[in-house]
Amino acid sequence: MTSTLRNPLIILIIGALFLPFLPLLVWSLAQGWFFPQLVPKQWTLQHWKQVFSAVSRVGEGMIQSGVIALATTGLSLLVGLPAGRALGIMEFPGKAGLKLVLLMRIIVSPLATLMGIQFLLIRLGLSGTLLGVILVHLMPTIPYMTLVLASVFANFETGYETQARSLGASPFQVFSQVTLPLIAPGVIVGSLFAFLISWNEFLLTFFVGDGQVFTLPMVLFTLLQGGNQGLSAAVAITSILPGLVFLLLSSRALQNDAALGGLGNV
Amino acid sequence: MARGNGLVREGRLSIKWQAYLLMLPAVSLIVVLFGGGLLLALLQSLGVIGLLSQGRPTLAAYQAALDNPEFLRSLALSLYIATIATGLSTILSVGLALLLRTAGRWASFACQITLPIPHLVGVVGMLLLLSPSGMLSRILYVLGWIQSDQDFPLLVNDAANLGVLLNFLWKEIPFMTLIFLAILRGIDPAYEMQARALGASPWRCFWDVTLPMLKSGILSSSLIVFGFIFGSFEVPFLLGSTRPRTLPVLVYRAFTDTDLSRRPEAVALGLILSVISILISVAYLRITSDSRSRPSSQLSL
Repeated sequence: MTSTLRNPLIILIIGALFLPFLPLLVWSLAQGWFFPQLVPKQWTLQHWKQVFSAVSRVGEGMIQSGVIALATTGLSLLVGLPAGRALGIMEFPGKAGLKLVLLMRIIVSPLATLMGIQFLLIRLGLSGTLLGVILVHLMPTIPYMTLVLASVFANFETGYETQARSLGASPFQVFSQVTLPLIAPGVIVGSLFAFLISWNEFLLTFFVGDGQVFTLPMVLFTLLQGGNQGLSAAVAITSILPGLVFLLLSSRALQNDAALGGLGNV
Repeated sequence: MARGNGLVREGRLSIKWQAYLLMLPAVSLIVVLFGGGLLLALLQSLGVIGLLSQGRPTLAAYQAALDNPEFLRSLALSLYIATIATGLSTILSVGLALLLRTAGRWASFACQITLPIPHLVGVVGMLLLLSPSGMLSRILYVLGWIQSDQDFPLLVNDAANLGVLLNFLWKEIPFMTLIFLAILRGIDPAYEMQARALGASPWRCFWDVTLPMLKSGILSSSLIVFGFIFGSFEVPFLLGSTRPRTLPVLVYRAFTDTDLSRRPEAVALGLILSVISILISVAYLRITSDSRSRPSSQLSL
């Protein structure tokens, strides 16, 4: 396709992708925006003031979401690194089966499992606690993290580690100065996915949080059922921001094809 | 090939056991959480454990779930939404990836905009954009195309679930495009140049050279997307038709019913949902196992 036709088409597609953000932005600043007004008659900062007030529980939701997402990401990285290494560079019987277990967890709906886990967490006293929510958030994040890291490890040359070891580096030095820098793009992309999955998760939190754990998606869901469009829009925009910042920070790693290829070759 | 020195001192363990040891934390967490949850769900659905349990296994919950007149229609609706949304996303993503392949990095990055957006936020945006008093309706009114909000086609909570489909396309196309672009960048352009130089038309070159190399990526990402949409709850709950409802919404309704005796039915429905998605993915992996193994070895991303 010629570029004279290509670029306008791309700009049109990008425009369509951005379209749902436009009413969000306008609603968050509008004081009553009735049909058929194309532009609100009156503007207000009232919804944004509400976002920052304690009554809306947005601040609380932000902190709870943040703690859960960071803990989930950290723990997934901790178990995903060794598993990704094994899947990426070693051959062993049952490898395909183990990969299938991880893949199945991505594909199969968590609903039934959630109802089972909820039953157990209530008896363990973990229902409605941050710990319980973090535990179930690990179910979707570990498979993504492991598959992304496995794909980066597949392109990893273990010879560098052997060399560093033979030159007298400690196992920790080898990991932090040789291995980690080489697999960094995978660590960043895997962490981005894990963070976003956990930050955006509604259903898992709903079932295990028992109304006590009030993450940002829970705040938004409650607001939506209340029908306050202005505040819903402002909260919606607020809940995009951390993910967007993370995306911008990892934009270089996202251009690493090996890290992403992991999801295209499962 | 892989020696993995330094992980286990002196290599006393064989590589096989090293690998199992490395996989252990991740796999056991998944198996305990997911498998354990499924097992507890099974016991609940059979009435062996639970609030109103009689202690004896019974299939009453399954009977109730399958007797629900909405069940089959819900299953059909879930399959319809997941199939259409996945199919359209896949085709459009291949097109978009080919389009972006030769464009600048700015374009690829801008097309990833919906990737970090929570589904719930997408739902709010779609509601405010597509509802009868939404922004699109206002634009058409100002242009004089419609006379009132009644004339605007119903796109949210509509019987055809167009709003749900649009929301999933909006969210999944950037995800799939990202994966396809990564694969395309790994393909040596010489293959395509050669095909063109030997006289293949652009279409022929795409069909016989580019597409086969994308195949394994298409098959795996479409399976991930299908599974996700089939089991997703909040989008059809808020944007979808009110009757019939998708299977996950049906499960949610039964689970949150004030009548606690419906709990086992909710769990049974959830298990049926899981079994269906497992069966679909196994069938899919079976059917496509041939074409998956060949090109991936070439690309080995």
